[in-house]
Amino acid sequence: MSETTTTAPASTTPRPPSRISRTFHILGLLRESPVGMFGAALILFWVAMAILAPLLPLYDPLEPLAPFQPMGAAAPDGGTFWLGTDHKGRDILSRVIWGSQRVLIWATLSTVVAYLVGMLMGSMAGYLGGWWDEIISFLSNVLLSFPVMILFVIIITLLGASGLNIVIAVTFASAPGIMRIVRGLILDLRTRDYVFAAQTRGESAWYIMLVELLPNARGPLIVDACLRLGYTVVAIATLGFLGLGLPPPEPDWGLMIKEAVPLGSFAGHAMVVPAVALSSLILGFNMLADGLREISLRD
Amino acid sequence: MSDQTPVLECKGLSISYYTRAGEIPAVVDFDLTVYPGETIGLVGESGCGKSTVAMAIMQHLGTNGGITGGEILFKGRDMTKMSDDELRKLRGSEIAMIYQEPFASLNPSMRCGEQLMEVPLFHEDITEKEARERARQILIDVKLPDPDRVMNAYPHQLSGGQQQRVVIAMGLLSNPSLLLLDEPTTALDVTVEAGIVKLIADISEKFNTAQIYISHNLGLILETCDRVFVMYSGEVVEEGTIDSLFTWPRHPYTHGLFGCIPLPTADKNAAPLRPIKGQLPLPHERPSGCYFHPRCNHAVAGRCDQQHVPMAHVTGSAEDHRVRCVRWQEIDHTAEAPGGEAKPAIEPGEKVLEVDRMKKYYEVHDRSLKAILSGQTTKYVKANESLNFTAHRGETVAIVGESGCGKSTFAKVLMGLETGTDGAIKVGDVDLSELGVRDRSAEQISALQMVFQNPFDTLNPSHSVGSQIARVIRRFTDENDEDKIRERVFELLDIVKLPRDFYYRRPRQLSGGQKQRVGIARAFAGNPAMVIADEPVSALDVSVAAAVTELLTDIQRENKTTLLFISHDLSVVRYLSDSIVVMYLGWIMERGTTDQIFNPPYNPYTEALLSAVPIADPEVEKREIVLEGNLPSVMNPPKGCPFSTRCPRRIGEICDNEPPPEQEAAPGHVITCHIPLEELREVEPVIHVPSPEERQSTSGAPRPSPDPAAAS
Repeated sequence: MSETTTTAPASTTPRPPSRISRTFHILGLLRESPVGMFGAALILFWVAMAILAPLLPLYDPLEPLAPFQPMGAAAPDGGTFWLGTDHKGRDILSRVIWGSQRVLIWATLSTVVAYLVGMLMGSMAGYLGGWWDEIISFLSNVLLSFPVMILFVIIITLLGASGLNIVIAVTFASAPGIMRIVRGLILDLRTRDYVFAAQTRGESAWYIMLVELLPNARGPLIVDACLRLGYTVVAIATLGFLGLGLPPPEPDWGLMIKEAVPLGSFAGHAMVVPAVALSSLILGFNMLADGLREISLRD
Repeated sequence: MSDQTPVLECKGLSISYYTRAGEIPAVVDFDLTVYPGETIGLVGESGCGKSTVAMAIMQHLGTNGGITGGEILFKGRDMTKMSDDELRKLRGSEIAMIYQEPFASLNPSMRCGEQLMEVPLFHEDITEKEARERARQILIDVKLPDPDRVMNAYPHQLSGGQQQRVVIAMGLLSNPSLLLLDEPTTALDVTVEAGIVKLIADISEKFNTAQIYISHNLGLILETCDRVFVMYSGEVVEEGTIDSLFTWPRHPYTHGLFGCIPLPTADKNAAPLRPIKGQLPLPHERPSGCYFHPRCNHAVAGRCDQQHVPMAHVTGSAEDHRVRCVRWQEIDHTAEAPGGEAKPAIEPGEKVLEVDRMKKYYEVHDRSLKAILSGQTTKYVKANESLNFTAHRGETVAIVGESGCGKSTFAKVLMGLETGTDGAIKVGDVDLSELGVRDRSAEQISALQMVFQNPFDTLNPSHSVGSQIARVIRRFTDENDEDKIRERVFELLDIVKLPRDFYYRRPRQLSGGQKQRVGIARAFAGNPAMVIADEPVSALDVSVAAAVTELLTDIQRENKTTLLFISHDLSVVRYLSDSIVVMYLGWIMERGTTDQIFNPPYNPYTEALLSAVPIADPEVEKREIVLEGNLPSVMNPPKGCPFSTRCPRRIGEICDNEPPPEQEAAPGHVITCHIPLEELREVEPVIHVPSPEERQSTSGAPRPSPDPAAAS
């Protein structure tokens, strides 16, 4: 009578499939996109560096050892400065690796906070509509009308340079954009029958937003989050370059580039190394986003 | 006919798609011959390869499809060996194709006239003036009123029916020898569909164009075609002339299809639908031997599952009736007449729903300058105009109407997603019309549940099937014990005949019919007193729809649930419902028991609706009523009777200016119309279903017999 393929005996109680195998299946899909795989590899490399930084045999990133050493020069203690030293004599390899930890932590934290705020605003504007939508959309449009860099500079100069303030600045700059994407997705999803079914069950607006709607918006949001992580890395580096980022002397890629600029070709590697590190990480995020989008467009 | 040269011949055509999983044969060993002026029907369920055949004939299979064997001869020339240039000359001039979605076939940024003119300008050497004249003439030929307006209109300014007429006009413009129609009316309303079907049937006479008509609807095929090909899993299983195949079907799958559609002889209690067991095999998992044998009641191990079955000529029948079955001569075809085993009827109980003069108006604010100047900034959309009807326990009440008739608005008010403007909806003793869902008690909410139309939308793709059903149980019962809730979900899955391990599946791993079963399980999880089913089977394939329909009635019978069945399809409604409410533009045009609605006196709209529904039984006689014009906009409805603009029985000014009165033709049978009842009583029945005796005498054919026991 039924059009089912498999018929389990009615008495048996099936077991849930393992969550791990599902996760691996999703990761397996990424294999189909070489671009995405390469991006993921770049990101994984920097994440590994950031995590392993305390364990690696590195010089203290803050200690002045010998200034202006070229790549591969011998260190006073018998070791090697693989990537040379900067004008204060600090080991560039060590500073780049410790810098990756800082940039990854703050970029991720800022993006997560921006996403929480943006998703909240977007779902409220999209699902509740009416005055909520009018007010939230208006505020977002005001924020979006500022050029991003000017917004950053204003916020950091007002609040002072610190990691927390970077999070606040990134949230102000990114949340309106995220809100727009989420709002658009929710406006489409809210007309689905399963939302109608939840409404007729008398579910609260919060339940519908968080359980029925947002999980289904995740596809485009994951792609956007990858891109946005890349932008945030740029933003943090730019703030560092402008002297508005994380306060020195902690290693920061933007700051390292800034400090090396006046030295010019005299110590080019001091500028090139952090610049390459920065580009590779951003490239990684962009390529991963491209790869994910490519996969999601298939089937 | 056979002395003519065929327009199109497919010989041993095989088509494959290449995917991640490897080569998938979509169509196998397909033979087809089309003569000039002939209309061929291709019928089958989704995935049977009927659209692939059409695409292959157009030589437009996309990058991952390819013809792996056989040839397609168009007027004797092999299309598979033609160059792109030659093909481009053929397409649009010699072969034209019409698709399901008319709006998607037209360029929204070009006027219809310009789009039409493109065809002759591209294929022929003529001036713009001649092209314009030709375009205008073809619009008259497809019976579009006011062709000059249509010429200058953009597609969005036309209704769906008008758009499809423009698309058909475009196809006919270069006078093609072959017209391919892929489900051309599926996206349209029934009364509009009837007009298009009539147009398609006239085309072959008027233009002598050969047509290939693809549809899943056997009734439409019967009304339009000369010959029909039944496809199953990539191959033709039976072919024959309309008369021969509909009267003497010889393949078990064809029998199965007839058993799945609610013909006028079917009855939910006496002669229920007989769904085909199992499901369509995936193209790469086709069984050996006959592709249908795992689902066939006549399959014999060792004969049906051995080698590929060739087509055999059916001896002793009309010419050219062929069937792909090794046992067709052994099967007792008389025992295959539709109608399963009788099931007990339910006695309707007490009154559970009373809709009393319920109105729902939407306020619309017009902020245009013109509206502000004239002081009319607030308009009302009258979605429901004074609805009156009742439903009893265990009863099935159908609400029938075309798009925009207000049936979904009523469902929203009933479910509490909107509040009524006036009047009352009493469930038990409580008036729910002004209670939004958030103001209702858990019992009031759980008493009313809904089954939705679109299987791909009804379940949340992010959550497992089990958790979605469990959520309903958690909300509507006091059960907190997770094990007991899971046990209850397993029981519900048993009831809807799904395996228990579906608990952990995601909706995307389910087929459309399986999703709809989960939707039904979810609706019944809170033990509702009343279930509102909004077109629950209209998006499903014939055999799947039959299984889901039967499941719904079985659960209803078990639980004595009241079923409000919202639909546009009168054949399903006649089969399922005890009483019917016919709606048009927010008004109830007629209400009564199923017998009262299907027999005179009719409201003129009911009459047109009855005539519009295609019936897949060649012996049922139907009076043809084709409505002129389009559904009026709900923003701007007629002042008097809503149907006055299209009514073939309009009696005069009174229809335009005064709202029609409710007239009681019989106890419980109310007709909203100005025409006196005496006059309406004299109307001939629209549908004449011959009795079994008449059938015996006219054709000697045992099919379809309403009583399988008597036939065997």
